[in-house]
Amino acid sequence: MGKSIGLVFDRIRWEEKAIIERSKKKGLKIKLSNAQILCLHAQSQEDFKAIFGDVVLQRCISYFRGFHITAFLESKGINVINPSGVAQICGNKVLSTLALLEAGVPTPDTFIAFSEEGVFKALDELGYPAVLKPIIGSWGRLVAPLKDKDTTEAIIESRELLSNPLHKIYYIQEMVSRPPRDIRTVVVGDRVVASVYRYSSKEDWRTNVARGGRTEPCPLTKELEDTVLKAAEAVGGGILGVDVMESPRGILVHEVNNTVEFKGAMAAGATDIPEEILGYAIELVRR
Amino acid sequence: MKTKCLECDGDIELPEDAIVGEIVTCPDCGLDYEVSKVTPKGVSLKKAEEIGEDWGE
Repeated sequence: MGKSIGLVFDRIRWEEKAIIERSKKKGLKIKLSNAQILCLHAQSQEDFKAIFGDVVLQRCISYFRGFHITAFLESKGINVINPSGVAQICGNKVLSTLALLEAGVPTPDTFIAFSEEGVFKALDELGYPAVLKPIIGSWGRLVAPLKDKDTTEAIIESRELLSNPLHKIYYIQEMVSRPPRDIRTVVVGDRVVASVYRYSSKEDWRTNVARGGRTEPCPLTKELEDTVLKAAEAVGGGILGVDVMESPRGILVHEVNNTVEFKGAMAAGATDIPEEILGYAIELVRR
Repeated sequence: MKTKCLECDGDIELPEDAIVGEIVTCPDCGLDYEVSKVTPKGVSLKKAEEIGEDWGE
């Protein structure tokens, strides 16, 4: 029996549907696994490749669900895109920043604190305004501008009431002086296959497409390409969404996404990203 | 294909190419449903999971 490609999901977003439809057009049968109903027996000697595929695209919308399934599949000898090591770094903003810095990738000035007192020490250095981001999560959720002492105290007080201990790790970043946009790039292997500007909507300062941000084509300069590929390599590589900001001191990478959403990039006329993703998976299957 | 919303009895239009895991929303009350089964006879829905704090990219 020939080798196969699988896709693990827990919700079919626009992106998963696009990948599945593209595979149908290519005559490529991919094994779909619904993570919500999985029950994985750790000691099982089953042929998991026959169930999930030899190479699996991890596309869970829930980060922790996806991460743990990836770790399990890897333990059974399955090649997962992206590997759990990459997911672990990209799923945590502290680890991402540390990996980017270690690789010499320019990134916004960042402080990590563990209490209100620590946050104010960071603000003594950064000044107002600054940005507070949760270390897990996506779509700009819980990202807050820290404009002054009073609002900062209120935001920290709210965070302290949340039950998840990860929300009490305070990741404070400089408010980068950027145009009202950032740049989303999509990296597949060793290539940047898409780059688009993301403009924030009138209703929100954040540029996330999930927040209503709109996209436009962005020229891929040498500086952008080199920085983005270096960032992708820094987290371990694979299929990634690397987000950068244009600052007065050049391009800064502020995030690397492990389960990249690319509807916005496609809307701006980017290349056929599902085709690129499947091509990358096919290449891994053949190895 | 059409089905009824369990909440408000509104008509929900189902895509011809529905895939398990896909989300459909009731146009009347906005409730999200997830496609749970696709058979030649039709499509089954269940209430969609609530957005988790680890959801995203």
